[in-house]
Amino acid sequence: MTASLTLGPVLFNWPVDRWRDFYARIADEAPVDTVIVGEVVCFKRAPFFAEAMGEVIERLSAAGKTVWLASPILVGSERERSAMRDLVNADAGLVEANDMGALALLAGRPHAVGPTINVYNEATLGWMAERGAVAVSLPAELPAATVGVLARAGRELGVETEVQVWGRAPLAISARCYHARAHGLHKDGCQFVCGNDPDGMPVTTMDGQPFLTVNGTQTMSHGCLCLAAEMPELVAMGVSRFRLSPQAMDMVRVAEAFRAVLDGRRDGAEVAAELGGSIAAPLVNGFYHDTAGALRVA
Amino acid sequence: MDNFELICPAGTPAALRAAVDAGADAVYLGFRDETNARNFPGLNFTRQDVADAVDYAHARRVEVYVAINTYPQAGNLGPWQKAVDDAARLKVDAVIMADPGLLAYAAKRHPDLRLHLSVQASAANVEAIRLYRDAFGVRRVVLPRVLTVPDIARLNAEIDIETEVFVFGGLCPMAEGRCSLSSYATGLSPNKQGVCSPANHVRYEQRGGALASTLGGFTINVFGEGEQAGYPTLCKGRFVAGAGSGEGPAYLFEEPTSLNAMDLLPELKAAGVRALKIEGRQRGKAYIAAVVRAYREALESFAAGRPVPHIDLQAMVEGGTQTTGAYTRAWR
Repeated sequence: MTASLTLGPVLFNWPVDRWRDFYARIADEAPVDTVIVGEVVCFKRAPFFAEAMGEVIERLSAAGKTVWLASPILVGSERERSAMRDLVNADAGLVEANDMGALALLAGRPHAVGPTINVYNEATLGWMAERGAVAVSLPAELPAATVGVLARAGRELGVETEVQVWGRAPLAISARCYHARAHGLHKDGCQFVCGNDPDGMPVTTMDGQPFLTVNGTQTMSHGCLCLAAEMPELVAMGVSRFRLSPQAMDMVRVAEAFRAVLDGRRDGAEVAAELGGSIAAPLVNGFYHDTAGALRVA
Repeated sequence: MDNFELICPAGTPAALRAAVDAGADAVYLGFRDETNARNFPGLNFTRQDVADAVDYAHARRVEVYVAINTYPQAGNLGPWQKAVDDAARLKVDAVIMADPGLLAYAAKRHPDLRLHLSVQASAANVEAIRLYRDAFGVRRVVLPRVLTVPDIARLNAEIDIETEVFVFGGLCPMAEGRCSLSSYATGLSPNKQGVCSPANHVRYEQRGGALASTLGGFTINVFGEGEQAGYPTLCKGRFVAGAGSGEGPAYLFEEPTSLNAMDLLPELKAAGVRALKIEGRQRGKAYIAAVVRAYREALESFAAGRPVPHIDLQAMVEGGTQTTGAYTRAWR
């Protein structure tokens, strides 16, 4: 399997015009192979993007990108459930399941498994392969040894494994909206305050240390996960897909840099050093090195 | 009308006897290793402890469930599979699991073993629950704490397996089994090691009259003089939200609080819930006895058609506050 770059879904609540322009530029300029689109964090945001979805998919496809649709991470209410069913039944392309409900509906047809579904071992990976999974994006908290076992098992099963190599790590999802809560609001009357923070809302400790990022119902890391330096090792393990998670920054430049590493044109550590200066967060890789995710291991 | 089943925690043989004696219908526990989600020092059961627990409970017509609800480690499935084999051999009444690979193993190797889906699987919708039923023969699902009571009622109208819900104790504000916050701060996670905000990464620091608590080097809370200090569970800490917003520190995710859904018994019954679960395998036997006894009294009253009594459990709740959590919409 040739190694490829994936652009994960935009996780933040960007204005629809910005969202549309972002994908137009990705279509024209970013050297990524697969682009995953869809509102996965909050069903309340989805209607804003629905109007532009068809146009974005068309633009990306016309540019030669493979487009996958992402299903919501948390599906509890009837509204969330019908959104999930509509997405799976739309037959608009390959779906990346982000909840076991979507996985259930996709049985028997080729699909991808997103990083918020728990695939921690080869037995579960095998079970998913039998049901039609063709690619599995591994949870961010998995250490190198686990990634290695899963990549090897994936090759035997004919399932591609993917690892997130750029962007804040998704850490938790809730029925409660922390963005609304921080503004003294409830989710039902949230006034879409998450839209004020295109890169998420910073959360610092009482001692002023940056710690986490709140993105509506989702909690993410403050540190920006970067595994550029680890990519040769990941390729050697058999990982064939590398995910870039969009941040409010020049993602074309990020994609070009990771493409250069993948093609062997640039050194991963050098790329990490360069990209580190372009986001207001430290680069972290602790999960991969089997320690606290907030740490950076040289 | 069948009464609810009351499912109670035990971290030690003494707590198990306390729960059985106080009126549990079933007691859930874990083996003494990383196969269960309360893998704390000094807690949990050896194989012989489980054999004794089954004898004690079964003699009193109480069931025993074993939680094997962490996610088995890649390349090292043995300890988890052995836990399932031993649970079957020890004739426990059900095993509570989350990982599809392990559920598949249990369903194939031990077709007569009753399987419950752990809250750690976070199955929150009809489609997900049916998948676990169809694929592995799961008989009961422990619902994640993300659903309102009306959500639960709609769900039960469409599924044909039993549902169990948490009614008392610690409360994850995040969807269970889908949270890496502890892992981000400490490297240790509920899914992998069965621990959250582990004690060996906790420090307390006296700062004049104030007391700071840290986890993995991150300050989780600072308690002023006279304020009651609590354990630094990451999602129950005080943080500052927003850059330079001028807002002071607040309990951004959840206050130090305990779930208590006793007042919701009629609604939960109408919603078709089969079993009520008390959280707290890390709790001592006195706590277990008091909470189980209170819930048993409430259930007896409710089953007899009397109003649910107002039993004071204030002394048993974290931070001295109680919540009905996600069961009511306003929590969101």
